[in-house]
Amino acid sequence: MAQTLPMAEAAQTNLAGLTKNDYKGLPSTLCQGCGHNSIAAQVVTAAYEMNIVPQNVVKFSGIGCSSKSPTYFLNRSFGFNSLHGRMPSLATGALFGDITLKGIGVSGDGDSASIGMGQFKHTMRRNTNMVYIIENNGVYGLTKGQFSATAEVGLTLKKQGVNQYMPIDICMEAIASNASFVARSFAGDPKQVKELLKAAFAHKGIAVIDIISPCVTFNNQDNAYHSYSWGKDHEAPLHEISFIPARDEIMLPDEFEEGSVREVEMHDGSSIVLKKLEKEYDPTNRYSALNILEQSQENNWLVTGLIYLNPSKPALSDKYNLVDTALNRLDESSLRPGPETINEINSLMF
Amino acid sequence: MGQLIKNDFSIIVGTANGSGSQTSNSTILRALFKMGIPVSGKNLFPSNIQGLPTWYIIRASKDGFIARREEREIVVAMNKKSFEKDFASVTTGGVFYYDDSFGTPPAREDITIYPMPVKQIIREASDVPSNLRDMISNMVYVGILSQMHGIEMDKIETALSFAFKGKRKAIDLNLDVAKAAAAWAAANLQKVDPYVFEPMDKTHGLIMSDGNLAGALGSIYGGVQFVGWYPITPATSLAEELNEYLPKLRQSPDGKATYAVVQAEDELAAIGMCIGAGWSGLRSMTSTSGPGLSLMTEFVGLAYYAEIPVVIWDVTRIGPSTGLPTRTSQGDLNFAVNMGHGDTDNIVLIPGSINECFEFGWRSFDIAERIQTPVIVLSDLDFGMNQWMTEPFLYPDSPMDRGKILWEDDLDKLKETWGRYLDVDGDGIPYRTVPGNRHPAAAYFTRGTGHDPFAKYSEEPDVWEENLNRIKSKFITAKKYLPEPIIEKNGSSKEAIITLGSTVYAVRETVALRKQNEGKEFDLMRIRAIPFSDSVRDFIAAHEKVYIVEMNRDGQLYEELLVNMPDLAGKLVSVAYSDGMPPSASRIISEMQKKESK
Repeated sequence: MAQTLPMAEAAQTNLAGLTKNDYKGLPSTLCQGCGHNSIAAQVVTAAYEMNIVPQNVVKFSGIGCSSKSPTYFLNRSFGFNSLHGRMPSLATGALFGDITLKGIGVSGDGDSASIGMGQFKHTMRRNTNMVYIIENNGVYGLTKGQFSATAEVGLTLKKQGVNQYMPIDICMEAIASNASFVARSFAGDPKQVKELLKAAFAHKGIAVIDIISPCVTFNNQDNAYHSYSWGKDHEAPLHEISFIPARDEIMLPDEFEEGSVREVEMHDGSSIVLKKLEKEYDPTNRYSALNILEQSQENNWLVTGLIYLNPSKPALSDKYNLVDTALNRLDESSLRPGPETINEINSLMF
Repeated sequence: MGQLIKNDFSIIVGTANGSGSQTSNSTILRALFKMGIPVSGKNLFPSNIQGLPTWYIIRASKDGFIARREEREIVVAMNKKSFEKDFASVTTGGVFYYDDSFGTPPAREDITIYPMPVKQIIREASDVPSNLRDMISNMVYVGILSQMHGIEMDKIETALSFAFKGKRKAIDLNLDVAKAAAAWAAANLQKVDPYVFEPMDKTHGLIMSDGNLAGALGSIYGGVQFVGWYPITPATSLAEELNEYLPKLRQSPDGKATYAVVQAEDELAAIGMCIGAGWSGLRSMTSTSGPGLSLMTEFVGLAYYAEIPVVIWDVTRIGPSTGLPTRTSQGDLNFAVNMGHGDTDNIVLIPGSINECFEFGWRSFDIAERIQTPVIVLSDLDFGMNQWMTEPFLYPDSPMDRGKILWEDDLDKLKETWGRYLDVDGDGIPYRTVPGNRHPAAAYFTRGTGHDPFAKYSEEPDVWEENLNRIKSKFITAKKYLPEPIIEKNGSSKEAIITLGSTVYAVRETVALRKQNEGKEFDLMRIRAIPFSDSVRDFIAAHEKVYIVEMNRDGQLYEELLVNMPDLAGKLVSVAYSDGMPPSASRIISEMQKKESK
């Protein structure tokens, strides 16, 4: 009986001759209702709809809840769950193996905006050929709820007290470091997430998508930017680590129009304010991009959409004039200089 | 003047860092080399761009000993700041040259003193542009030493031509000053010292190189495809030489590159890139020194456990943090062997000559890919940044070993289910696939977390333990792929010395001197790799007492031997010291004798 389940879906194949199942990963081990799960689902859908061959994609991550995600999609792609904050360097080296491969990295705000800030910014300036998703929830999940660098001033967390420091705006950092594709979205707006993922896949170079992806378990205080707060009067001890109540992921109930502002109601009545960029917004202007981010900071919005795009900047691998064959398929005949060269080398030594 | 002392003394030149003395010092070194005299040059420089005192030691040795000596027969003072110290340092019977603008040194009856009118000679020597005067003034002592001690002027020209890549204007500018200084010395100085150079034929067929260049070239012949690096003294020039020579040696016929070099933002990223590249099937390497190695440790631990080949050159300097960043040491051995948390046993290769820096450059990739693990090549500043005479580089004598790697065809033919961490052959080494392999079954997920033979996530205690034990068994397999130690038998079954790396030069001299002066004989073993070959145990077992000589405080090689062969501990005696200077035989002898008298 159970074996017949996937059959209905399997019947439909895309132009790559694959079913949606061929894009799936293992079942998620994250909390139920975690925004990261719907992002993983959108990666599957976007890749399927774009007819991407999974073997042409390599998955990367750092360390943290977000970094577990690459196992939840594209099982047929190679993947590497690396070190905290060091996904960018690992991906940079790995993608030189075969520059026809597209990288997709999943990181978090702890991973990219704190320990990995240096690598994050340097991979922007190098324009590594990968989709760089940051599942941003303002909190460290796997270590049970500490402030991340994207947490807003004044946020209160049970064991941490009140956050005193200004948050880091990942999109602004990316643009400041000369990223070529910078977007922001909200995990509860799967349509936008999917469309941005498709655009990111199509982009040659680094494509950053900062996705607000609320932590259902640890960053759930009233008025928290990244919250999914559970009811204040709920019986469940929200910070009791041995009990994680199951709950539904917050999804936008209807179409979120371009240019509109949307206040998203959380479980406990707290809210975040999303502003979707206007249809006419020109993402190719770096000045406007910084300007809109500055404005959104002033207004306490989280602006979503494609914020900045420079499609003509050469990707990292374009700068190396590499041979046509993938480097990792070269053999001794092209890697070891011929025996006739050694005498000349010795003669150069004095 | 008594009996002449020929081709067996040292010249120490004291200059100010950044004054351009490198050219003049290496000119003397190369000229002597071209005269067929065994020679070595050691640059003792400060961590500074300009101004601090720096010394260059040139040793000529008719018997071919090229370690540093403590004796300072000829001292040239070109730096006012170190003038007094330099003067006091001259060995009795020696010679002191000084720039006469520094004043007159106090009287010393036991040495010969020659003033050098540097400014006058420069002024009178042709038309040196005023902006080049300071730099070119170093050629004055080259000319004077040439005249006074017999360095042939045509060999000086050959050396200058090499330094300036045949650019006639620069060669002549320098050569004219050297010739003018030589003429001045001929007319004005009366030779009363016994030190002379005479042509020999003991450098025929040899070349001169530093270890960083040798390591870079060896890596290129080893097929290096990816380099991620970050500048750090004394490892920087290794990466720079890769940048210099890769385009010459490794471009395809249509001018495209078979390699990529990325200067990273730090060592954390440098090693991350290299491990990423190694994971995707590239021969990848980095070069660094102690502080960089510290930063790379977490990634190396991951590579050990995730079984990713990568080559790391540690051109060792002394101390943590800055320590003495421009001084040499063998103080990273224990750290390199154990780097990574949890259980690790990294493969360490220790070249003991410049030629071997070249050899380990290519061989390290074969070992890393065969064993699927990081390989650390432990060079040091003395090798890395000093010019050494050496046998010519030898073309690799075995084809590349790419290890157990499966491509699409291999997977098609495979009858069993492939498992990334499955030990099929019983040697601990599994088969790997790399990104870009389009076979639907090729992909796997790499992680530092617990994983089973099929690379699936697992926190099961027995899965973890079995996997870690299998990894351990790789290092037993590794022994047959590692360079064997070199034994130099001197006929003693009683006493022996074990050493490693660049220290061997001073140890060889130690062995010769002790035989000559005391009639004592020592067999010598030079370790070239860890894990140790079984022949190390055999060698120790075959002798009554074995001295372990190395350049670090705690006797790190000694400690590794103790841990591996506790039953032989009673035979081992540690002779370890570390002061940042390249080792000398006289210091080693005195350290050995201290241990013997106990």
